[in-house]
Amino acid sequence: MNPRRSFATAGRVLQQLRHDPRSIALMLIAPSLLVGLFAWLFADQEGIFDRFGGAILALFPFIVMFLITSITTLRERRSGTLERLMTTPLAKADFILGYALAFGLMAILQAVITVAFAVYVCGLTVDGPLWQLGLVAVVDAVLGTALGLLASAFASTEFQAVQFMPVLVFPQIILGGLFMPRDQMPDVLYAISDWLPLSHAIDAIEAVAAGDEGWDVGAPLLIVVAFAVGFLVLAPLTLRRRTP
Amino acid sequence: MVNNADAVVIDGLRVRRGRRDVFDGLSLRIPRGEVIGLLGPSGCGKTTLLRAIVGVQRTHGGSVEVFGEPAGSRGLRHRVSYGTQGSAVYTDLTVRENLRYFASVLGAPRDDVDRVLTRVGLAAHANRSVDALSGGQVNRVSLGAALLGEPELVVLDEPTVGLDPVLRAELWGLFREIADAGTTMLVSSHVMDEALRCDRLLLMRDGRIIADTTPRRLLADTGQTDAEAAFLALIEHDTGGHHETRRSRREEER
Repeated sequence: MNPRRSFATAGRVLQQLRHDPRSIALMLIAPSLLVGLFAWLFADQEGIFDRFGGAILALFPFIVMFLITSITTLRERRSGTLERLMTTPLAKADFILGYALAFGLMAILQAVITVAFAVYVCGLTVDGPLWQLGLVAVVDAVLGTALGLLASAFASTEFQAVQFMPVLVFPQIILGGLFMPRDQMPDVLYAISDWLPLSHAIDAIEAVAAGDEGWDVGAPLLIVVAFAVGFLVLAPLTLRRRTP
Repeated sequence: MVNNADAVVIDGLRVRRGRRDVFDGLSLRIPRGEVIGLLGPSGCGKTTLLRAIVGVQRTHGGSVEVFGEPAGSRGLRHRVSYGTQGSAVYTDLTVRENLRYFASVLGAPRDDVDRVLTRVGLAAHANRSVDALSGGQVNRVSLGAALLGEPELVVLDEPTVGLDPVLRAELWGLFREIADAGTTMLVSSHVMDEALRCDRLLLMRDGRIIADTTPRRLLADTGQTDAEAAFLALIEHDTGGHHETRRSRREEER
């Protein structure tokens, strides 16, 4: 691994984004629009947005970053630029880290904008400190980036990459505790949900919303960070310099 | 038996794809400092051979050595560069941004980008986005990326495909200049007329090298006046002389 090459790759990915302002706008604003839609939907029902608004903040940045990352890295595979890079001294980890840094930066911007919009425009109230809400949203978006990087390794077309949504993302949403509190689930599903990172992300957000402190927020957040790091460590292993 | 004059030494290379043998024991030597053309019809294995030489092809036996080291080894990644088929560059970046990125990946000095821009004649277009360039210009961006960091062996897969004859001649002129400066240029093409522009020719068919020759010798040996006719004559000779082709052997086994 070589930091200069990782940063060069991150800089190049950001440069590509800069040439595509429409994507930047979508990436930064789309989650806010969805949060706004959600708030509007429950505008007449007291307390519903405060109950679910936090979990939505965990969800949308995660999904958006997952999609963007998996499709962008796939494009790199298909255009032949990845093969070209694999003949250079660039380490596979440099490549993944470069993408993670670039999209991690976008994830931070996106999470900050979405949380600010939810709180100041839609009037979301949480009992815990606001920065914690922001931190959880950032970590969730980074998780989406990491999972997207890993998933793109298993897709050979954009069509397949999009199909990973129902396979890798939707079960996490269904079992994440949003539709039914996790402790009321059938035992088997509860056990499975314990192994899904998004469950812990939603746990962390709900802990912040309830004003919990210390390990009640820290423990689930650390689990999400561990998953994100795990995905980033696995991703370079799925890249191959030699292909059939 | 490794000759220092050889850039590439391939011995008994075997590559399988699915249940099919692409190469079944291919051996080959490529000398340094020349323009070497790898010619043959589409699907004969040119890309697979080039990929094996730059070390991104999974192989199933035999050895490929470049400058005395196994192909694709760490030490070679500064010395060998590869321009893939379909000019793999970032079309949403400008020419300069592309070259800057590849230069920093290679650890090439900053002024190398300007040297290469001048070399491939794109200095005036440096700040244009690649997707706004013509086909010939895009190919030159790809060539430029392959020249960064002054590699000793440049491997280009079909760099002239889809270009008009004037642009093709221009590019081959450029390959010649680069080789004259001491770089080994290995260039594939399926346009037989381009054979005559190389110092040395490798003619490939159905996963085998059917001729390792020079343009002059090719024409003299076959008694033809153009490369295409010479190639056809060679194929005729090949199927007549070598009864044991891979296909015939497989059919006998059944």
